[in-house]
Amino acid sequence: MRIGIESYGAYVPVYRLKRETMAAAWGLPAMPGERAVAKEDEDSITMAVEAGVDCLAGIDPKTVDGVYFATTTAPYREKGSASIIASALDLRRDILTADFTDSLKAGTTALRAAHDAIASGSAGKVLVVASDVRLGEQESFNEMMFGDGAAALLLSTDALIAQLRGWYTVSDDFVGPWRKDTDQFVQFFEAKMENQWGHAANTLEALKGLAAKTKVKPAEIQKVAASYIEPRGLVELAKSLGLDPFKQMADPLFLTVGNTGCSMPLLIFVNTLDGAQAGQNLVLAAHGDGADAMLFTTTEALSSFPKRRAVKGYLARRMELPSYGLYSSFRKLSQKMRVAPQASTVINWRDRKAVMGFYGHKCRSCGMVQYPLVRVCYGCRKKDDFEEVRLARTGKVFTYTNDYLRPVGSEPTPTCVVELDDGARVFLFMTDCPSERVSIDMPVELTFRLIHQGGGFNNYGWKCRPVEL
Amino acid sequence: MESIRDKVAVIGVGYTKFGELWDKSVEDLLVEAVYEAYEDAGVGPEAIDAAWVGIQYPFTGLAGTTLADPLKLYGIPITHVENFCASGMDAFRNACMAVASGVHDVVIAAGVEKITDQGSRGLPGGGGAVSMTNVWPSAPGMFALAASRCFKVYGWNKETLAHVAVKNHEHGAHHPKAHFRRPVKIEDVINAPLISSPLGRLDCCAVSDGAAALILTTPERAKAFKHKDDFVRVKANAIAVYTGQPWYQPGFDFTHFPATEMAAKRAYEQAGIKDPAKELDLVECHDCFTVTELLNVQDLGLCPRGQAGDFVREGNTRHGGSIPVNVSGGLKCFGHPIGATGCRMLVEITKQLQGRADGLQVKDAKLGLAHNLGGPYSVCSVTILGRNDT
Repeated sequence: MRIGIESYGAYVPVYRLKRETMAAAWGLPAMPGERAVAKEDEDSITMAVEAGVDCLAGIDPKTVDGVYFATTTAPYREKGSASIIASALDLRRDILTADFTDSLKAGTTALRAAHDAIASGSAGKVLVVASDVRLGEQESFNEMMFGDGAAALLLSTDALIAQLRGWYTVSDDFVGPWRKDTDQFVQFFEAKMENQWGHAANTLEALKGLAAKTKVKPAEIQKVAASYIEPRGLVELAKSLGLDPFKQMADPLFLTVGNTGCSMPLLIFVNTLDGAQAGQNLVLAAHGDGADAMLFTTTEALSSFPKRRAVKGYLARRMELPSYGLYSSFRKLSQKMRVAPQASTVINWRDRKAVMGFYGHKCRSCGMVQYPLVRVCYGCRKKDDFEEVRLARTGKVFTYTNDYLRPVGSEPTPTCVVELDDGARVFLFMTDCPSERVSIDMPVELTFRLIHQGGGFNNYGWKCRPVEL
Repeated sequence: MESIRDKVAVIGVGYTKFGELWDKSVEDLLVEAVYEAYEDAGVGPEAIDAAWVGIQYPFTGLAGTTLADPLKLYGIPITHVENFCASGMDAFRNACMAVASGVHDVVIAAGVEKITDQGSRGLPGGGGAVSMTNVWPSAPGMFALAASRCFKVYGWNKETLAHVAVKNHEHGAHHPKAHFRRPVKIEDVINAPLISSPLGRLDCCAVSDGAAALILTTPERAKAFKHKDDFVRVKANAIAVYTGQPWYQPGFDFTHFPATEMAAKRAYEQAGIKDPAKELDLVECHDCFTVTELLNVQDLGLCPRGQAGDFVREGNTRHGGSIPVNVSGGLKCFGHPIGATGCRMLVEITKQLQGRADGLQVKDAKLGLAHNLGGPYSVCSVTILGRNDT
């Protein structure tokens, strides 16, 4: 049975913070490039949904049999994340949802588990999503090197764009970076030793094991998409494997996104796949508590694969964060009191189809599409005669206000009445858009966000953002 | 369907100063307003057989006890009425119905709100967990959604709106009970910090505390009370409830308020008014935000749709103009303790018709209209009062 990748997707937050801006805030020497920063309405779950939406574009979500979510920054310690992602992506109920957590190589572990589920016949298509929003300590180089992002791969046996040809796994009880359940920031002990024995030694062992198992030779490999502690380590790694560090190593995205934790290797790999040709050998390598290495060979189907926004698309949507203060506000590092509305898990559960799936009603009598799931039609007052429809994901701003009485962060909140392409009217906060750019008739698309944390739990839902930034 | 016309008389009115009344409680406000109305009518608590009190926020008070306890009005029917910003005028409507039906003889309609106890940054939230689909912008945000659309459709701009604020502050500066007592200039309004774009601070009414009360009976009985010759007659009273979530209604245009149009139409029918701009002598209209007044002026039929900007700019709605709007200063300058506002407007119209306005007096006023619009253009209440000889 040929098992491999049917589709891919990625998500990189629109906000980028130059490392020199961060360094200037602390009086530290600047590092080159910039990092991606998740906004205050984003977390590992919302970014995973975005990557999932990108990956599943044009694919019927009801054909997916499972979601494996990999993260080290799950919003909940108790309560799963993959089920939330599945709900937002409008997947079936009779699917397998599982969280692969705590290890930096959780993404590749989830991939391997997805492969095994398909190989065993227990699932046909499994969506693997890796996402992380890690915090480096303030006034540290980690804070500059880290970045936020998510990547998604749909594994199946259909219309493969890349076949999984082999893997090799190393397990190692090695204390590299860690974060106890009470720690807010990632901790490190000795980076040099971590580089040499945690990253280099384990990754090398996995890659050598993979080469021996698959009999692929260095010259036959197009690109290696590998995780890193710091990007210089990749040069040494390439040399040890007999690879050309400048031609055969994939762009580590260090200068544009940063180290995105357990989603990093997948994000680098998705970006590599996005630019690959048919018939190429691509290697994915991830370290953390050991290492995983996987060999994929791209197929002819890749040449006709429909365009994804992926890493390049999201990198092109860029807004610079002007200050460290805003980063600190986005990541909720300041002590500002945040007032949340009251919330009820009871109401949210009852509303799940309207809020998470963003379903509306289409009147069977007059055809009007409306939101939320009303009982009596706005158009003809017919009662309970509707078809449940998943509302259009794009529309136009009908009217709006930039509301300073509902501020999120330091700017007013653009608040919009949107007319969706199917005619439904919805009320949405706009995100990822400077307030002065909002205008009537602006084309917008839906984006999944953390709306508020009222009730002490996460209230997720949809906002809108400009289609073109 | 029978009309309320000439079935109810206003025989006494009272109201507190509006403003940030840090040193006053709900009890203080209700006692001051109602005892002023007792005094005006020449009655005491023993004369009252029923009462209605308009309050929007649960923190101001719940149930009839909010009125019963301060006044020690025990044992009679008292009902708390809530209908957004029209709560006070809906309390008045319920009181009118009781008198007109003959079930009660002398009743109180009152309204009160004590907002500043919750802090003074905009209106407080409603409280309670609600559906995430039941999401609202802030109060200025609701009307800013209309303003943005009007800018596009009618070609209005910040200056168009500013004329409303300038006029209402000019009026309110003369009123001893108004929250603000100072005029403002066009450029002050245009340049004030934004609250909800395009509305700036001076496009918004004040967040105020206050109370107002009216004592009602039948015109026949009114002759036995202090204002036996100059009591005021209720000519019309209508309320229209539209959607509380206009953003979900496909096709809602945000450039007119259906609730105002529907309530006004019914009130004009009751009062037999054909041309409101000519027949009415003054209007107290809901101007929680400058754009609200412009749209209501159109929807009340005082000028054609889309022309309120010019109509107001040309001075037609100023004191001395063809149809003065908000000579009290309106919500904008007089203040807006939600539940009290409707009753406060009716107190103003009553005193104007009696020729004893506390602020600017409209000369020889015979017929006056009070209008509230609550929520996101959801609940509209219109009352028309007439001089005893009308």
